[in-house]
Amino acid sequence: MADEILSVRQAKKAFGGLLAVAGCSLTVNRGTIVGLIGPNGAGKSTLFDLISGFVRADEGSIIFREKEIAGLPAYQIARLGLIRTFQIPRALMRMTVLENLMLGAGHQTGESISAAILRRRTVRIEEQKIEKKAEDILKFFDLLRMKDEHAGSLSGGQKKMLEMARALMADPMLLLLDEPFSGVNPTLAEKLIDRIKILKEEGLTIMIIEHSIPHIMALSDELYVLNKGAVLSQGRPEDVISDKKVLEAYLGAGL
Amino acid sequence: MLDYAITIMLTAGIYAIFALGLNLQWGYAGLLNFGHVAFMAIGAYTTILLSLNAVPLPLAILAGMILAGATGGLLGMATLKLREDYLAIVTIGFSEILRFLLLNWSWLTKGSFGLYGFPRPFQDLVAPQNYNILLAVLVLLVLAAVYALLEILNSSPWGRVLKSIRDDEMVSLSLGKNAFHYKVQAMILGSSIAALSGSLLAFYLQYINPMNFQPIETFYAWIMVIMGGSGNNRGTIVGAFLLWGFFSGTRFLEGYLSFGPSAASATRMVFIGAMLTALMLYRPQGLMGRKEELAIGR
Repeated sequence: MADEILSVRQAKKAFGGLLAVAGCSLTVNRGTIVGLIGPNGAGKSTLFDLISGFVRADEGSIIFREKEIAGLPAYQIARLGLIRTFQIPRALMRMTVLENLMLGAGHQTGESISAAILRRRTVRIEEQKIEKKAEDILKFFDLLRMKDEHAGSLSGGQKKMLEMARALMADPMLLLLDEPFSGVNPTLAEKLIDRIKILKEEGLTIMIIEHSIPHIMALSDELYVLNKGAVLSQGRPEDVISDKKVLEAYLGAGL
Repeated sequence: MLDYAITIMLTAGIYAIFALGLNLQWGYAGLLNFGHVAFMAIGAYTTILLSLNAVPLPLAILAGMILAGATGGLLGMATLKLREDYLAIVTIGFSEILRFLLLNWSWLTKGSFGLYGFPRPFQDLVAPQNYNILLAVLVLLVLAAVYALLEILNSSPWGRVLKSIRDDEMVSLSLGKNAFHYKVQAMILGSSIAALSGSLLAFYLQYINPMNFQPIETFYAWIMVIMGGSGNNRGTIVGAFLLWGFFSGTRFLEGYLSFGPSAASATRMVFIGAMLTALMLYRPQGLMGRKEELAIGR
């Protein structure tokens, strides 16, 4: 495809004797939502770790925005516009919700120690802009009234929202969401689906790992099924979900 | 009485500066530095040895800070990519290696005889018996400046990144922050601040030997930081004054105890331990810390 933002080719990762990702290839096109499902232990989260640079692939190539990123440190990949969230939400507990978000903004002048001391006026103006942006995003996720609370006091579902909001502060081009609906109550989940659709309309490319089939069906343009570290099936969600191989992987052989 | 107050000002002020360097590393960046005293020693010895060789004092102090900062940065670079407790092991090991080096590098450091007769700042301005007043003012000014600098940094985006690393480094990385780089910076800056306190300590004591820099000094700084509330600069300063206030306030009590002086000073340490235990039980966030910031691993 012409307009691909991410392409993974034959990625492999072994942990000791366990082949977590065994030659996995996939493609993500700009402006789409790609779903990633599979039984527990299929290698979905490890694949996210490989793409985002938190774990180094043993073999294979990962191309993001026409650039080889396999082997780059995680923070450099993030700076290229590839931002991930985590399966178990990682809120910065001892910082407020607002501080969590403000951290997310990229290219901040005041993050350099010399600028933080010597260019305080520039930094202050920038901080005001970042704070405004953070408040807008918090409003989008219904978290604005919590902005001065410590993130440690949020519920599990709110932490998931916080993490997504913080990721958006970085203006990602590709957002990797690891089980964004786990621990989120059904009402909130419905809202979250709408929010994700809006983000896609605004041009964001998203890749989602999710166990809830209805949620993933509602969102994905393209669906990949991972099993034992390799792609078992791929294509339009409705085709993939009725694939016999997929049912077998989920429910066991012999159906 | 005035002498007494000035002595407390001097020691508590110098140790407050020392502990502020540690608070930057532990309270803000979450770095386990168990060898902080090494950087105080580097500051003291560098300043003295250079000024004895006719280097002007401001330059000698600055050289001590740079050397300590570079050493702290190198130790950080060597260990900060490993698990966090390795920094603790390496720093405490380094501080003892350095102390033995100072003890045995006799032609340079005079070993256990120590160094004295070195110049002190503004010593010609006042009569020797009044010098401590001047030095106390100088110490408080330096303390104020260090405090102001750290407050500016900690409320800046730079400080925000540091705090995010303390809370969860994975998050910092996932948002494009080079965590390693920031941790090394915290090591460099905290170590130079310790060196500055070391130069001041030398000016106050007028005599320095390697026994001034035993590991217990590092843990005094830890007590100050934890008592005041980790991650709170004002708390650290309060912690320093409380600890030294307690040390000097109980010194006269030793006379009333029926056992010998060494047992008496050990008794004081028992009291400090008991006080700290009580504080951690009833106010684990420290005197000025915020309770919400204790939400570790929730």
